[in-house]
Amino acid sequence: MSTTYREALREAHRDALARDERVFLMGEDVGRYGGTYAVSRGLLEEFGPERVRDAPLSELAFVGAGIGAALGGLRPIVEIMTVNFSLLALDQIVNTAAHLRHMSGGQFHVPLVIRMATGAGRQLAAQHSHSLEGWYAHVPGLRVLAPATVADARWMLPLALAEQDPVVMFEHVLAYALEGQPGQAGEVDLARARVRRTGERATLIAWGGTLAKSLQAAELLAREGVECEVLDLRVLRPLDEESLLASVKKTRRAVIVDEGWRSGSLAAEVAARISEQCFFELDSPVRRVCSAEVPIPYAKHLEDAALPQVAAIVAAVRTVL
Amino acid sequence: MPPAVLAPVPYAKPFALELVRQMLRIRRFEERCAELYGAGAIRGFLHLYIGEEAVAAGAVSALQPEDALVGTYREHGHALVRGIPAGVILAEMFGRREGCCRGRGGSMHLFDAGTRFYGGNAIVGGGLPLAVGLALADQRLARASVTACFFGEGAAAEGAFHESLNLAALWRLPVLFCCENNLYAMGTRLERSQSEPDLCLRARAFRMRAERVDGMDVVAVHEATRAAAAEVRAGRGPFFLEFRTYRFRAHSMFDPDLYREKAEVEAWKQRGPLHTFTARLKEQGLLEEQEFLALEREVVAEVEAAVVFAAAGTLEPAEDLLRDVCAEGRS
Repeated sequence: MSTTYREALREAHRDALARDERVFLMGEDVGRYGGTYAVSRGLLEEFGPERVRDAPLSELAFVGAGIGAALGGLRPIVEIMTVNFSLLALDQIVNTAAHLRHMSGGQFHVPLVIRMATGAGRQLAAQHSHSLEGWYAHVPGLRVLAPATVADARWMLPLALAEQDPVVMFEHVLAYALEGQPGQAGEVDLARARVRRTGERATLIAWGGTLAKSLQAAELLAREGVECEVLDLRVLRPLDEESLLASVKKTRRAVIVDEGWRSGSLAAEVAARISEQCFFELDSPVRRVCSAEVPIPYAKHLEDAALPQVAAIVAAVRTVL
Repeated sequence: MPPAVLAPVPYAKPFALELVRQMLRIRRFEERCAELYGAGAIRGFLHLYIGEEAVAAGAVSALQPEDALVGTYREHGHALVRGIPAGVILAEMFGRREGCCRGRGGSMHLFDAGTRFYGGNAIVGGGLPLAVGLALADQRLARASVTACFFGEGAAAEGAFHESLNLAALWRLPVLFCCENNLYAMGTRLERSQSEPDLCLRARAFRMRAERVDGMDVVAVHEATRAAAAEVRAGRGPFFLEFRTYRFRAHSMFDPDLYREKAEVEAWKQRGPLHTFTARLKEQGLLEEQEFLALEREVVAEVEAAVVFAAAGTLEPAEDLLRDVCAEGRS
């Protein structure tokens, strides 16, 4: 039965809260308000204020409190309203959550799930439109997820809660209304990239918010007889190199689509791995379609111009054929 | 500087001697650390606690085994009093596998699961949110534990301080905030960096009970901590203790200590926690010089045994570098 990405996430939370007393959701406006993106609507009424806990606007403290609660034996899900505000909590995420296991010689570990909305496209301007997944994917000790489908939205959360280490989960702001099949528990994992469309001529590598655009680009190209493979990375750390290289070796051409800025981007890391490991199998240089190196502007036409668009993806593919 | 009028020591001899022993352990241990730093056996940052011993000795001894402790990068004293063996701490500072964190943490990152010792945090204010979360778990799981969170007065300028005090008070969490006010955040004096230097007043702004304590008096520290911890344990919400103390040594081994007057340091040394306490005990007939010397020998022997243990420690093979970044089998 078809559902939305938002409802799939809500069902994942409901299920997790019902199954395990240790699980609780904490964040700004997750309770009474129902969640900024309505993910947790109704959960306060169902599970009470201890388990669906409204936090003040104190990202640093409530993320840190999530870490402490995880150390104390609970299984917190901390929702940061958006990636933009996660910068206020970066110290706790990097210096504590990600480092504690190693720094303590393996004595402590932090089974914490941090969820946040990410990305641009709603005319929210520079401070509400970041795509910083690549920053988080840089940090050892974190597992970084980017569910782009309804099924991943439904089933990544329980798997993330079963992890022993901190997991950061990015939900693109334009994905919440997405419709699709939630599928079954066993169909989702936290390890592998997934081929969302098969093709022979080039591999489009995408994740999160750029998956839908890449699939649209592949559809347009297919009408011209150019069949592209679309690989959804899904797990941004650790990268599933095996699936990545298998697809690129097959098509011999790669275009990476990243909503982050080009310099120092996750796209740069993916391109580097392709160059390091299958340079001689390539028939064309690796191409990247990234956001323009500019704070994301408010005006619609400027925002559109700043972000990776279907036409730019199609054009990039043409240059590698 | 707080008044130097000290009340009689209200303890029976064994506990009074135990407080002397703990302060002496910290003092002798750290003096040896400074030498070992000079000799190159310890590297990186080394922040000495000398002068502030009454706080760790008095406060940590007032906690229960089920309580949690969150510390800072100046945490050798707390670790020693909490019960991490001196040899294991020193081995950590030597970067050896026998150290409490197998050499991954060093002086600033001592951790010990067995005694619920949660660091060893080298980000000023970084431990406060963690303490809030540990207390949240205790509250949710109905455990009668207290989380004692140590931090310096410099942390009171961090956002984490305000956010954490607010959360702890709002949710009535069992956190005992232990502010070690040694007056200087590295080289910057409190009045030069914070518009309201009355830290208790700031804690009270969050509707949290707060008390200023003479941190050079181990009895005052112990009594205040015991009473505050009992309040916290009884579910009456967090408590804030400000211990007025002073570090006799520089901020770290790299600090030329140019920002304080020598006379100020000397004046505080007159109020040193160890000799003032032993003088009181002697005056009250609770301590003989021979007993003190015996205690001294015992402590020195412990420290020397720790040096031998650390020096004999082994190095973790470099192949194990990536161990414990993630759970086994995960990356």
